[in-house]
Amino acid sequence: MSSRAHRVSLGDSWSQRVHPDIESERRRQAFDVERLTNLLDRGARNTTLRREVESLFRSDPAFSLVNTYFMTQKEHFQAAAQKRFLLHKMAQRLNWPEDGLEIDYARRALSGDIILGVHTVATKAIISLGSEEQIAKWVPLCKTYQIIATYAQTEMGHGSYLQGLETEATYDAATQEFVIHSPTITATKWWPGDLGCLATHAIVMAQLICSGAKRGMHAFVVPIRSPQDHTPLPGITAGDIGPRMGLENADNGFLQLDHVRVPRENMLSRFAQVLPDGTYIRCGTAQSNYLPMVVTRVDILTSVVLPSLQKACVIATRYSVIRRQGRLRPSDPEAKILDYQTQQQKLLFPLAMSYAFHFQAVSLLEFFQHAYNAVQSNDTSLLPELHVLTTGSKAMMTDFCAYGVELCRRACGGHGYSKLSGLPSLATQVVASCTYEGENTVLYLQVARFLMKNYQQIWETEGAHSQRSLPQSVQYFTMVHHDKCPAQNASDFLLPEIYTTAWAHTAARLVEDSARHLQVLTQSGADQQDAWNQTSVSLVQAAKAHCYYVTVKSFQDAVKKLDSEPAIQLVLKRLCDLFALHGILADSGIFLYDGFLSGPQVDMVRTAYLDLLSLIRLLG
Amino acid sequence: MNPDLRRERAAATFNPELITHLLDGSPEKTRRRREIENKILSDPDFQHENHNFLTRSERYEAAIKKSAVMVKKMREFGIADPDEIMWFKSFVHRGQPEPLDLHLGMFLPTLLQQATAEQQERFFMPAWNLEITGTYAQTEMGHGTHLRGLETTATYDPKTQEFIINSPTVTSIKWWPGGLGKTSNHAIVLAQLITQGKCYGLHAFIVPIREIGTHKPLPGITVGDIGPKFGYEEMDNGYLKMDNYRIPRENMLMKYAQVKPDGTYVKPVSNKLTYGTMVFVRSFLVGAAAQSLSKACTIAIRYSAVRHQSEIKPGEPEPQVDFQTQQYKLFPILATAYAFQFVGSYMKDTYHRINESIGQGDLSELPELHALTAGLKAFTTWTANAGIEECRLACGGHGYSHCSGIPNIYVTFTPACTFEGENTVMMLQTARFLMKVYDQVQSGKLVHGLVSYLNDLPSQRIQPQQVAVWPTVVDINNPDSLTEIYKLRAARLIDIAAKSLQGEMSHRKSKEVAWNLTSVGLVRATDAHCHYVVVKLFADKLLKIQDKTIQAVLRNLFLLYSLYGISQKAGDFLQGNIMTGSQITQVNQRVLELLAVIRPNAVALVDAFDYKDITLGSVLGRYDGNVYENLFEWAKKSPLNKTEVHESYHKYLKPLQSKL
Repeated sequence: MSSRAHRVSLGDSWSQRVHPDIESERRRQAFDVERLTNLLDRGARNTTLRREVESLFRSDPAFSLVNTYFMTQKEHFQAAAQKRFLLHKMAQRLNWPEDGLEIDYARRALSGDIILGVHTVATKAIISLGSEEQIAKWVPLCKTYQIIATYAQTEMGHGSYLQGLETEATYDAATQEFVIHSPTITATKWWPGDLGCLATHAIVMAQLICSGAKRGMHAFVVPIRSPQDHTPLPGITAGDIGPRMGLENADNGFLQLDHVRVPRENMLSRFAQVLPDGTYIRCGTAQSNYLPMVVTRVDILTSVVLPSLQKACVIATRYSVIRRQGRLRPSDPEAKILDYQTQQQKLLFPLAMSYAFHFQAVSLLEFFQHAYNAVQSNDTSLLPELHVLTTGSKAMMTDFCAYGVELCRRACGGHGYSKLSGLPSLATQVVASCTYEGENTVLYLQVARFLMKNYQQIWETEGAHSQRSLPQSVQYFTMVHHDKCPAQNASDFLLPEIYTTAWAHTAARLVEDSARHLQVLTQSGADQQDAWNQTSVSLVQAAKAHCYYVTVKSFQDAVKKLDSEPAIQLVLKRLCDLFALHGILADSGIFLYDGFLSGPQVDMVRTAYLDLLSLIRLLG
Repeated sequence: MNPDLRRERAAATFNPELITHLLDGSPEKTRRRREIENKILSDPDFQHENHNFLTRSERYEAAIKKSAVMVKKMREFGIADPDEIMWFKSFVHRGQPEPLDLHLGMFLPTLLQQATAEQQERFFMPAWNLEITGTYAQTEMGHGTHLRGLETTATYDPKTQEFIINSPTVTSIKWWPGGLGKTSNHAIVLAQLITQGKCYGLHAFIVPIREIGTHKPLPGITVGDIGPKFGYEEMDNGYLKMDNYRIPRENMLMKYAQVKPDGTYVKPVSNKLTYGTMVFVRSFLVGAAAQSLSKACTIAIRYSAVRHQSEIKPGEPEPQVDFQTQQYKLFPILATAYAFQFVGSYMKDTYHRINESIGQGDLSELPELHALTAGLKAFTTWTANAGIEECRLACGGHGYSHCSGIPNIYVTFTPACTFEGENTVMMLQTARFLMKVYDQVQSGKLVHGLVSYLNDLPSQRIQPQQVAVWPTVVDINNPDSLTEIYKLRAARLIDIAAKSLQGEMSHRKSKEVAWNLTSVGLVRATDAHCHYVVVKLFADKLLKIQDKTIQAVLRNLFLLYSLYGISQKAGDFLQGNIMTGSQITQVNQRVLELLAVIRPNAVALVDAFDYKDITLGSVLGRYDGNVYENLFEWAKKSPLNKTEVHESYHKYLKPLQSKL
């Protein structure tokens, strides 16, 4: 009990100020924090704007979060509704542009704790799937809240596998209407947000049947609640699906449709149309229907998943410098828990992750913008790769962020279990994303299908020209590799070429193994589906390694571009190193397996990794 | 019953009832457990609304109501056997924590162990009759697992023959004890004893905190609930601040250490004895890890057998459980649940055996037991924690709904990773023991028990950097052979950790700094040791099973558990030249084969855990498999559905629309 610095008394003069343990950390920073913040915000102007928006909420008691954790679910939902209402008034008063950063920053400041998140998704779905006339008709109604829309895809019995959805839309040429119907209990739309209590309309995904033929999934605008008194319309059964692990602000709902009729014009028809006589015309690829899903996934990653991890890192790291437990030397005062190697191991990986994913999200957004513009002018050639990049990023980022947030929570010991730490809510918010918008295993297998297709393409068209036609994210398949990693000592593993190559080699090797396995099975008489199922464990493994490689690569590319900021470049490079090496150690078997890394080299990786922990700790 | 589940059960190769007997210990124990369970389930006093639809305050109230009835009925039914008390509690509360947990689990046992005869007379019977309800207040806001850091003081005043209990700072406020916030009127407070100007370390004191009769906090006491948590909604975890609060000298628990009226301090004979409760609770947590994991597994596997999602082949929607990826998620967890069940009952038996020798004054086995429980507590709770979450994710979106029951299992179980000793700290305690044993072996001493394999180290059988391939005659279908290679892995990692600890010390560092710089490696070594212990105990258990069909089924689970572990940690086995790349390929292949072998028995294997639907609390894991109808019924009861149009429509949506 030699030092009392960590024992807080109510009378301590610094109880009102910043804790001295935190202040001492800030004094020894090796780089300009403000410049790094600007970098993350993608420009100092954005940082200023973001802070302006945030200050609006900080001073307004209506947006106070003080009571958040003491509310029942009902109160929580009520408060979220109130905040959305006040936010809308604020946006009008301040003349915020419709798709401007202000709204994004406002959502960030409110931690997404408002209603009508899915209303926005549904509006975007109309924009991507609707014809010009449909957009002109529905979008202004959405934007002025004359209607509240939800996006109803998932059913009680069917999730990520879209072809399995049961809801039907049968065209009746006599009345020029679609009859929308839930034929079974498993066909009940289940989970859509804003559906339980709020929505007046639903964008319903249903199997189109016209002139007796099934035409696959299409989107229909279906009115579900009365514009007068908000009661469900005839043929509609709707309500809330009951309490969940988190998402207390939302009214995730169910919807049963009993032969509900909507006019022919209510089918969103940018990519496919049904003519009055029931003739079906396709005017785009089937994949275009999935565009809203891509939009939603990207949006979720940048506005929910990544911020949750960043916040968890902030909380756990700050707490770890003011919490003191045990002694590193008998004569010392109790030590900050962040000075323990085991605590560094727990917390610095999530930190590295949050930077890695930030840069991955930035590069994904750039690719998305590029591909989206092309689609708007009816060029869909980039869609397959966009789809796979988004799919892979969604699976990997949600998996790792959920793991990282939970790691941060547990690293805060008992207090991490208290809601007041903020960590349980972050954890429940982020884990939801592992299953919604596509279950992650299903997504990894979609990535694997893309990898197999491209791998087989190389194999079939072996020649110099093939590389050009490969999508950019899998061009590493044809890179010339060494059979063995050339690293001689631990510091070699801090060279980005060394670890990036290790990841490229191993990802390519796993892809090749899976492809061979598939081939062997089909040659020995298994049909394609069985062969695929019997290879799926290794396909998932290959897809995961591929995604890890893509993340390491995009992080490394981003770091390279920071030559003008050497101090920031150095600290980010260390995080990039840590991210890459952590992955190698976590699964060293796949690197040792074919002798690419030797046993002594894995030891070098471990040495380099442990050194990085203390180096990053010192950088603050 | 759902036709899918009926088919699954008909296809099983064994009778699950036999495994249930094995898990309970005997057919008689199964019978008795069910008897108690049925008694409780048919008792209207223990019925209440689904807790998912209640507020926190309502959940606390429902729990305390049941607790009060429970204590009465337990006596009516003459339940006194510790196992039976445990069952009774868990059936009444459906596996949820309850406000009297610490009263029954800590307050009463501590009185029994540490109170003098006179103190027992004063406190035990009133506590037994619930006139006194108590808790155990150790953790403080600023101090957890590191006990010496606790700040609460108990200063002896010989003039009045009283102790002055004081919370000197904000960080010294007692924080977290269950039942402290609203339920208890007494607390056993752990405080630094100061007498005659000297501090003698932590001792336990009985402190009255609320007035008998009115239940109001006594003067000098500030007490309340610490607020909402991730889970444990039934529990009033509390805070307690004591302002120079006086209690009589006789309220210090004085069976071992004593303070005489004049203030003279009398040392206890051995301080190891106080480990007893801790060791008990930690070994109990190993069993709890098995239980929670078994429940989560039951839910996920049954649901996977009735969920038809995509199609492996067009037009044939197979159940989820036919997908290799789904089997790969769930079956290793099933195997782990079985492994931990067996480890849990081993720990319980060992605890009782060693406790008996302690009773006869033999403390020789205590250090290993203490070290073993710390490491295994951490190993099993971490693994179970991850496994429960994996089960939840394997249920897709519905796993996130409270109707699945898994969120509840998770949030109830996850504190086990931090309470009763934070897991990393626990791993490092076991590491300290392993390093001590390592040193003993190096100095030529022969060691015994589960660490005896370290005796082989000096004879150079294990060479961490050996280049030549280990002469591995590994038979991947042989339990002994698999146990052997887990042993080699543990020995190698312990050796590496010990050498790097020595290296750090010889270079430059003090012992403590060297320890910190090696701690990641030490945790890794301890993890490998614990993994070996689990594999070994599982293999030992197989030998004791008489029935051939059961043995065959469990043997496959054993193989899956061990081979999956090798496949996940292939790096350790490759790097140590314990296995070759082609052997790893065989292991991976065998794991996939085992998934297919276990597949027909999967539902029967979770049925054998014998959880009643009400204990599982899950719509997805229902025994009859009628998931979807009941999902809809459950949702209709949601509080938001009480009115057809929610009030927020009138309050906020309407104005939003008319504004424009």
